[in-house]
Amino acid sequence: MSQLSASAPAPQPASDPGGPKKTVSLYADHQKVQPRRISGTFRRLKTRLDWLFLGLYFIGPWIPWPRSGSAPDQAFLLDIADRKGYILGLEIWPQEVYYLTGVLVLGAIGLFFVTALFGRVWCGFACIQTVWTDWFVAVERLIEGDRPARIRLDAAPLGVKKLARKSLKITLWGLIALLTGATFILYFNPAVETALAMLSGQASWGIYGFALLFAGTTFLLAGFAREQVCIYMCPWPRFQSAMFDEHSLIITYEAWRGEPRGGARKGQDFTGRGDCVDCGLCVQVCPTGIDIRDGNQLACIGCGLCIDACNQIMERFGRPPNLIAYDSTANQAARAVGQTRRPRLWRPRTLAYTVLLALVAGVMTFGLTTRSDLEVNLLHERSPLFVRLSDGAIRNGYTLKVLNMAETPRTYALSLDGIPEARLTVVGFADAPTRSVDLPVKADSVGTFRVYVTVPEDALTEARMDLAFVLDNTASQQRTEHDTLFATPLR
Amino acid sequence: MAGGPERDAVSGRHTTGHEWDGITELNTPLPKWWVYVFFACVAWALGYVILFPSVPMPGKAASGVLGYSSRAALAENLAAAEARMGEQLAGLRQLSLEEIAADPELATFARQGGEVMFKENCVPCHQSGGAGAYGYPTLADDEWIWGGSMEAIATTIRHGVRHDEDPESRFNIMPSFGADELLSEADIDQVADYVLALSKGEASQEGPGREIFETQCAVCHSSNGEGADGAGYRDFGGPALNNRIWLYGGEKEDIVAQINQPRHGVMPAWGERLGETTIKQLTLYVHGLGGGE
Repeated sequence: MSQLSASAPAPQPASDPGGPKKTVSLYADHQKVQPRRISGTFRRLKTRLDWLFLGLYFIGPWIPWPRSGSAPDQAFLLDIADRKGYILGLEIWPQEVYYLTGVLVLGAIGLFFVTALFGRVWCGFACIQTVWTDWFVAVERLIEGDRPARIRLDAAPLGVKKLARKSLKITLWGLIALLTGATFILYFNPAVETALAMLSGQASWGIYGFALLFAGTTFLLAGFAREQVCIYMCPWPRFQSAMFDEHSLIITYEAWRGEPRGGARKGQDFTGRGDCVDCGLCVQVCPTGIDIRDGNQLACIGCGLCIDACNQIMERFGRPPNLIAYDSTANQAARAVGQTRRPRLWRPRTLAYTVLLALVAGVMTFGLTTRSDLEVNLLHERSPLFVRLSDGAIRNGYTLKVLNMAETPRTYALSLDGIPEARLTVVGFADAPTRSVDLPVKADSVGTFRVYVTVPEDALTEARMDLAFVLDNTASQQRTEHDTLFATPLR
Repeated sequence: MAGGPERDAVSGRHTTGHEWDGITELNTPLPKWWVYVFFACVAWALGYVILFPSVPMPGKAASGVLGYSSRAALAENLAAAEARMGEQLAGLRQLSLEEIAADPELATFARQGGEVMFKENCVPCHQSGGAGAYGYPTLADDEWIWGGSMEAIATTIRHGVRHDEDPESRFNIMPSFGADELLSEADIDQVADYVLALSKGEASQEGPGREIFETQCAVCHSSNGEGADGAGYRDFGGPALNNRIWLYGGEKEDIVAQINQPRHGVMPAWGERLGETTIKQLTLYVHGLGGGE
């Protein structure tokens, strides 16, 4: 135990002018959040979205998508082992991973856009942490009862009933987690074979290991970490203040008509006091356990359950609804002085996001629609940079990789552009020096060719001469040119 | 400590009971977690000593209960690798160089293995990619002293060049024309001029340089030992002189120095050290560096 946090009160010598010092700990104990069940508009919306997202996740790997050749008939498959990604009609090769970058950029801007307009709807309704936590809490509620019952159960000494309920809950959570982890694996492996292998104990340790890893994280994050993921682990809430402006729709408390708050009886007169009856229901239903009446805060995930809760109470007391409302701070300020305003959706910020979104989406669409099924990698040999031949000519070596992403074998005509005296040979395809050669590449595969280019001594002009490799596919009218260089001993 | 542990009046904590000149030592035990981790390590160590070879005995360490040995593990890994590549390795063992070269997949396998062995064994002299260096022949160009067919390359790798311990090693000695006074300084100067002209393809058919070359050099440096073409004579390992490739430099002073007192490179015989399969892989790799015939 360190001297600083010594809990035993140290008797101070009488001469000490400071008197006894109280140590304040910077560590806050975790208070378990026990969200209460509530019904209402936002709860209904949340439940429907939960079903939608969980359904998409669990059905995803099983959607068939017929493809020709040896390609798998699975609509969504990121085949790590074969390094190919299949997304509906699209087949992505590792060289095209920039599409992933595009998707991530789109996702990020889309998130900013939606957040600027409607606040943290991602956090409140769509985030996997929210969806799975909601599911786990529902299971917990089914077995242990609603908030008061759970609090009682937690406080009760360990007995047969408590043990039975807790272990049943843990078992169900474990099953859900295992199902989640196993399904995740199916997005990266052929679904039917892998599922059968996992069920029959035939799958590899790698498969089981990753399935258990994702099951374990699901179990821990949705079962136990819950709101702590949002408050402590996730970076997104940390810069919400930069995402919102005064016109963003967020969860607001109408302090101007709620305060001064105080307890109330049914049918009582509300003149001279605020509408808030301080029932605390908004705090009890909150999945992150906060009090929205303190204002917008980092831990508010914007799920709107407190709005449902408060509206029930307001109705019971005959007061106008939406004391806690889904509204913008600008509107609230206007309302406070008796004006009404409509939410302003089009602002410089949202316009900028829209333009950016359209731009990136446009580039992506253009890239995908004009996507070439030919990709060429050309590597100039660096050791030796050049070789002097017996007649004084200089030769450079190149490794040419032709990625034929089409489902038919193709032949490409390789020719040189630049240095008119240059001639090429391709090991196994053109032994005699030539200016152009046909190179066959099998369907859906990479052809690797060793190319030598020779330039006679009297045609050498500088240390690095420009040269381009041209690939023509007469069948598909594709023509690509790749700039490279020809190294010579000249200085 | 009669009367239980004493407490320090100021901090309220236990003392160890040690006191020096009125200064007492506070009892600051190790953190619990540290102690538990320490005990766990002790338990782990005990288990390790029983399960794995750890106790030194005369000759070797006592084998553990699991019977593990790193040598056996290596042998197992090697056997597994051998099993994994069994088909290709069997192909390399049984087929001739030409047959391997004719099978694209097997040839690629052989070249990739050959590249690794080349990097491990040959690169110090011949440089990465067979780029060569002063005194060490370039393997990527189109001149071969002892022949550039796959068979010739394999023989050179197997038996080396001027490797004393291998009777089949490639062997030749160029006389020290200057140092042993076989040719006068003026003769050497003239023949060096002729050789320089040969390499540029400008050699005249007349003149003293050509005569000296004809009598002294052509037997090794011309094809079949006839004429003064300087095309090289591979049976004797006489390098071609009628081209732009030089092992010891192509300036006149380099040529004069080489005629005066030649340098003779040595390459070790790799046959016994690497084994026939590896030599086949190396041969295919070297042959594919750009100069294979």
